[in-house]
Amino acid sequence: MFREDHLEAIGKARREWEFTVLNPIMERWPERRENFYTQSGHPVKRVYTPEDIAGKDYLEDISFPGYYPFTRGVFPTGYRGRLWTRRLITGLATPEETNKRLKYLIQQGQTGLNIIFDNPTTNLFDSDNPLCEGEVGRDGVPCCTLRDMEVIMEDIDMQEVSTSIIHSGPFILSMYLALAEKRGIPFDRLRGTLQNDVLSQYYTVNMSVVSLRDGFRLSADVVEYCRKHVPRWNPISFVGYQIREAGSTAAQEIAFALGSAIAYTEELISRGMEVDDFAPRLSFMFNCHNDFFEEICKLRAARRLWARIMKERFGAKNPLSWLLRFHVQTAGSSLTAQQPVNNVIRTTIQALAAVLGGTNSLHTNSMDECYGLPSEFAARTALRTQQIIAYESGVANTVDPLAGSYFVERLTDEIEEEAREIIRKIDEMGGMVAALEAGWVQREIVRASNEYHRKLKSGEITVVGVNAFTEEDDEEVPIEILRIDPAHEAHQVRMLREVKAHRDQGKLWEALERMKEDAAAHRNIVPSCMEAVKAYATLEEMRLALQEALGAGKESKDAFIC
Amino acid sequence: MGEKRPIRVLLAKAGLDGHNRGIQLVGKALRDAGMEVVYGGLRITPREVVEMSIQEDVDVVGISIFSGGLMTIIPKIYRAMQENEATRDLPLVVGGIVPPSDAEELKRMGIKGVFGPGSDLDEIIDFVRSLAGSRSS
Repeated sequence: MFREDHLEAIGKARREWEFTVLNPIMERWPERRENFYTQSGHPVKRVYTPEDIAGKDYLEDISFPGYYPFTRGVFPTGYRGRLWTRRLITGLATPEETNKRLKYLIQQGQTGLNIIFDNPTTNLFDSDNPLCEGEVGRDGVPCCTLRDMEVIMEDIDMQEVSTSIIHSGPFILSMYLALAEKRGIPFDRLRGTLQNDVLSQYYTVNMSVVSLRDGFRLSADVVEYCRKHVPRWNPISFVGYQIREAGSTAAQEIAFALGSAIAYTEELISRGMEVDDFAPRLSFMFNCHNDFFEEICKLRAARRLWARIMKERFGAKNPLSWLLRFHVQTAGSSLTAQQPVNNVIRTTIQALAAVLGGTNSLHTNSMDECYGLPSEFAARTALRTQQIIAYESGVANTVDPLAGSYFVERLTDEIEEEAREIIRKIDEMGGMVAALEAGWVQREIVRASNEYHRKLKSGEITVVGVNAFTEEDDEEVPIEILRIDPAHEAHQVRMLREVKAHRDQGKLWEALERMKEDAAAHRNIVPSCMEAVKAYATLEEMRLALQEALGAGKESKDAFIC
Repeated sequence: MGEKRPIRVLLAKAGLDGHNRGIQLVGKALRDAGMEVVYGGLRITPREVVEMSIQEDVDVVGISIFSGGLMTIIPKIYRAMQENEATRDLPLVVGGIVPPSDAEELKRMGIKGVFGPGSDLDEIIDFVRSLAGSRSS
């Protein structure tokens, strides 16, 4: 980017500056520490100059917004045309309560829905299973049958709003589609995202109701089905977020998410699909942690790396296939129980990093999430955080304002390089599924997590209120904590039993049998799943049908390495 | 006098969620401190806690829970341990996302220690050691 003779002059001037200005100062006033690092361990230099990006080619490596390799964002106008989607995770107590909260947030200016389900629903258990006692509606909304989806979405226009569904596999999406069908909405009018990345779920929250490979195949069924029938829907979102929450570094976060995306891409191509048929609808979700610049650079690096993988590795020709579109959630694991109001400030900085990194949609955590589900007040404050960044700060008025910063471009390069190296190792192991089965990915994450906590303990990483600036009476929480009334669980169980009592049992039984046959024969599962859902099959009934056909999955204990 | 047997701890996660970063860290810290850690896995039931505690002959039981179901699940585990002669005196420690008022209630119930978010690993190690010590004396 700079002329050779110009660089030489800069180098000479830098050495002069070091000798005449820096060194005398350093002797009198040494720096705070000998070496500085980003949170993930990248060395940070005192000062960056054009020398640090000497080898860069603006047109090749950075270029314009909305133009390959998309380092500066996927839209030519950035947020000048349209702001990011403000999308807060919602799900609590019962479908009825969740519907109320969704409508409240829409009324407060939220622009997309983001529905999270309780533990029983996430694990495909019904609310009335004795194992679920005490967990119904506590960490999300229960959704056992089509009836629950009907209530969650009551009086919400499914054609107007885009909906993110934090669930994997065909079940909950089938409920959403069946509801649209009932309302007479054509599938091509539906916009939204299904999380559906079972690979990242497997090694971050150790979940797989069937074997890893079967789960992988079923979620690929959803992608295949949506490409044919629900064209504007993002049928999968590769989740770096959870990887980071489990303790990974920034580069691992994007490398493992991209590794998962590569695995699905290969699977879909092996089914005879063309990469350009489905790649434009693949989406991603990342984390934004505390280290401001590292997070911005991580997002820029991820975008460029994916564009290159799509073009160079998979030969994608449609420019839309090269775009990495992503949602960001600020880092839940960064929130502290000590002095919880500080979490608003942390979240603000993380959200700003996400915006400067060019996110397409954003969830900001509420200050009370270190204790439980957000109260209405805390959720509104989290939404306001985004609105202040969007409407007051002015950062959305120019596209990728940090481009060209010697530090930002250099760190973007370093993170891309590190992530590329991790992906190379995954390839060597035979791809993401094999790397997971070997336990390698899990071990790498645990190692990074332990390293982070070692630094926290030794004081190399400062967390305000935890290992610095602590207060005597931290245990007193000055914020309201949302309590879920146990009566909600009883209500949900009652509703579920009522649905079960009024179904056409013959139709239900037939639909479940068809699902089993399709699963066993490795036929795409979505059509028979839709039929089961329309017959008001419960999640647990569908899970058991699948497990009968395919066998049950096992917990990955590889990750427990001490 | 023969070599003293190391402290044995059963660690497991109760409830349906699979978030295990916290229990991993605690497990590593206890092992680094010279203890033997038996990992019971995810979704452990009250009956399984009792069975594994007896089978593995542990000194302390640590249950981690992230889920909002904690005030249902932990009392169930505690009761199951109380109802069995062999595990009645075994100290039960809880870790995870625990609001302070719930922590108080759990302690009143007989849970020996509750370590919520932001707990110090050294404190946990010392606490487990003191629990195991008071048991053997």
